[in-house]
Amino acid sequence: MAEVVMAVHRGDASGGKPVEYTVPLAPGMVVLDALHYIQGHLSPDLAVRWNCKAGRCGSCSAEVNGKPRLTCKTRMDSLPSDKPITVLPLKAFPVIKDLVTDVKWNYEVNRKIPAFSPRPGTDWKMYQEDVERPQEFRKCIECFLCQDVCHVLRDHGKHAEYAGPRFFVRVAGLEMHPLDGLSRIKGMRNQMGIGLCNITKCCTEVCPEEIHITDNAIIALKERVVDQFYDPLVWIARKITGSDGR
Amino acid sequence: MTEKFEVHEHDVLVIGAGGAGLRAAIEVLNQGASVGVVCKSLLGKAHTVMAEGGVAASMGNVDPADNWKTHFRDTMRGGKFLNNWRMAQLHALEAPERVRELEQWGALFDRTDAGEIMQRAFGGHTFKRLCHVGDRTGLEIIRTLQDRGVQLGIDVYMECTVTRLLKDGDRIAGAFAYWREQGRFVVFKAKAVVIATGGTGKAWKITSNSWEYTGDGLAIAYEAGAELMDMEFVQFHPTGMVWPPGVQGILVTEAVRGEGGILRNKLGERFMEKYDPKMMELSTRDVVARSIYTEVREGRGTEHGGAYLDISHKPAEYVKRKLPGMYHQFKELADVDITKGPMEVGPTCHYTMGGIRVDAETGAATVPGLFAAGEAAAGMHGANRLGGNSLSDLLVFGKRAGEAAATYAKNSGAVKIEQAQVDDAEREMLAPFDRPNGESPYEIHRELQDTLQKLVGIFRNEGDLKEAVKKIAEFKQRAGRVHVDGSRLFNPGWHLARDLISMLTATEAVARCALARKESRGAHSRIDFPNYDAEWGKKNNIIIKEGGEMKLRERPVPQMPEELKQLLADEK
Repeated sequence: MAEVVMAVHRGDASGGKPVEYTVPLAPGMVVLDALHYIQGHLSPDLAVRWNCKAGRCGSCSAEVNGKPRLTCKTRMDSLPSDKPITVLPLKAFPVIKDLVTDVKWNYEVNRKIPAFSPRPGTDWKMYQEDVERPQEFRKCIECFLCQDVCHVLRDHGKHAEYAGPRFFVRVAGLEMHPLDGLSRIKGMRNQMGIGLCNITKCCTEVCPEEIHITDNAIIALKERVVDQFYDPLVWIARKITGSDGR
Repeated sequence: MTEKFEVHEHDVLVIGAGGAGLRAAIEVLNQGASVGVVCKSLLGKAHTVMAEGGVAASMGNVDPADNWKTHFRDTMRGGKFLNNWRMAQLHALEAPERVRELEQWGALFDRTDAGEIMQRAFGGHTFKRLCHVGDRTGLEIIRTLQDRGVQLGIDVYMECTVTRLLKDGDRIAGAFAYWREQGRFVVFKAKAVVIATGGTGKAWKITSNSWEYTGDGLAIAYEAGAELMDMEFVQFHPTGMVWPPGVQGILVTEAVRGEGGILRNKLGERFMEKYDPKMMELSTRDVVARSIYTEVREGRGTEHGGAYLDISHKPAEYVKRKLPGMYHQFKELADVDITKGPMEVGPTCHYTMGGIRVDAETGAATVPGLFAAGEAAAGMHGANRLGGNSLSDLLVFGKRAGEAAATYAKNSGAVKIEQAQVDDAEREMLAPFDRPNGESPYEIHRELQDTLQKLVGIFRNEGDLKEAVKKIAEFKQRAGRVHVDGSRLFNPGWHLARDLISMLTATEAVARCALARKESRGAHSRIDFPNYDAEWGKKNNIIIKEGGEMKLRERPVPQMPEELKQLLADEK
């Protein structure tokens, strides 16, 4: 039976390094199958997050041969087998153990986003053409691959002042909900730091749900920020009325 | 209690953060009680995300003739009349309101031309009844509940696993758990506990269930004295992926058939004509699963031992819009374009109809202070669950259990936990590290999965079931001797050592109940007793721990009032 060498990160917060394991190949095998083989036969304490194994829960994110991927959807036969396949944890978050990272920060950012808030007196009629845009954003499975690949978080570590693509997507879904009555645009500009994004589209490229994160969510939100804060007419009107623009 | 462990105190502790757990927690807060939710994984990853096709509620948006009575009748017929009638009635009555509530919390379902929630056809449902979002309805529901819960300020303990319920005399007093991240132990003190931990499908080899579904809630409730019921009824979803081997068991949504998908054998025959000419592909899951299995066994299966499921006669754009998840799943994992050719599918272990015996109105188990909802609770689905009735079940009974648990907690005094119980729970968890030698829990899990797949599958007989009971007893012996490598830090092997104990308890109950029920009904098919038996139709099997041993009892199926009997007697 054909075999392949996997170089999997082993270690914890104090440090670690890739360790090589030889794994037998089977038709249609995915990287997560190889990790499960290692757990079941070679190293039972290998820490890996996973749930559905069908690309629907977004738990098994890792960096495979340097690319942020869902390991349950990465076919072994799509990777070169003549050299070890590297599997490393997401770089944008601190390692807990092996491939498991501490993603709690994402849940803290999420808590700060004002929830859906229906307009008073709404009659709960919505049409397909009105829900289709926000439905795209609601496909997000929270795999955090977009957060991992975003250089603002990955290279510059600006977790304190920037929410990241995942939460721009969530806010876009709320802002474009046909019956929502709140504006979150001020928060976008201030606490969530959308201005730090310079639309390199890395997030869109890695999204396993193929959400057009940059074009449909981030740029649309940036436009709303501009309309609200940088439109000269609005600026003058605000000076006159003393309003802070929400 | 000493200061040895981290302690958290809530009025109500909810175990499990899928749809039932989150809906229960929201309701506890609505009632003004405090709540904590403990979950094995990160928030939002529970198996509810895997529910694809939709949530059943007789809103009548597409078929105006639909109403709760028809939904009730379909549910009872699907469950082969073994259901708790009152649960089926409450479910049918309240599901539409629970779905509307999700919409008011921000859920965005697909729409009809009139701007209402869109509904699709599904197996066993007389009318188009499943409210849906493409084929990712479960994700929409869990995200909506998660957002609502976060907004209300639910305390969530993520990646934390409960290993035992703690008691104060006869009543529930909390739970003992451990944090995966550091392996530290934690004690939850609570006046009421809601179990919403789902089923035990990970004990089978070919399964749609993830690592989490190891029967923990059932096992800890049983250990605490609760009754389990109907454990012989395990649903094999007719359509899981069969090829390639790595993806075997992954769910192929029933929505494929709901949207017009056709099943054929390798000879090209539309074989459902033989098994259920009236309902065809939209027959109930037990019937379709047996039909596919029979076709394969009799030599008419596909190359990889399944049936063909074909939706490619529909326009490609329509398929991609209504079944985007399936389109990508097959393209990426099996190199099959479902808009151009058929999928290969076969049965996969999917759902546990059995579970904790509860009161229909409140979800209360037989132990004071213990409640259960969703897949972990028994009764609602009887001998077979209809597709779409799970998402509605967890909303309706999650809310009811949360409400009842909060009321119970508010009306009861403080609980006390004796140190000895906690120390014992700790000893049990640490034991696998203390054994210098011993086998790996993974090996026993693999053998258990093979055993159940072979001996407690779709078709059963007395010899196989007796063999299964014997083997499970042997596995229990071996599980008590496993050794765990490594440290307590995020250690999956250690976790499996504990999960294995739960799986063995839950599946021993499955095998014993299946051996006892000498008839075929719903998901329980006995080759040696192929027909319905009127006497068995009046009885539920009950499992209870007595004198340290697993005992089997029977209870009469509750009798419904005359007007409901009349409803069932009416033709469509």
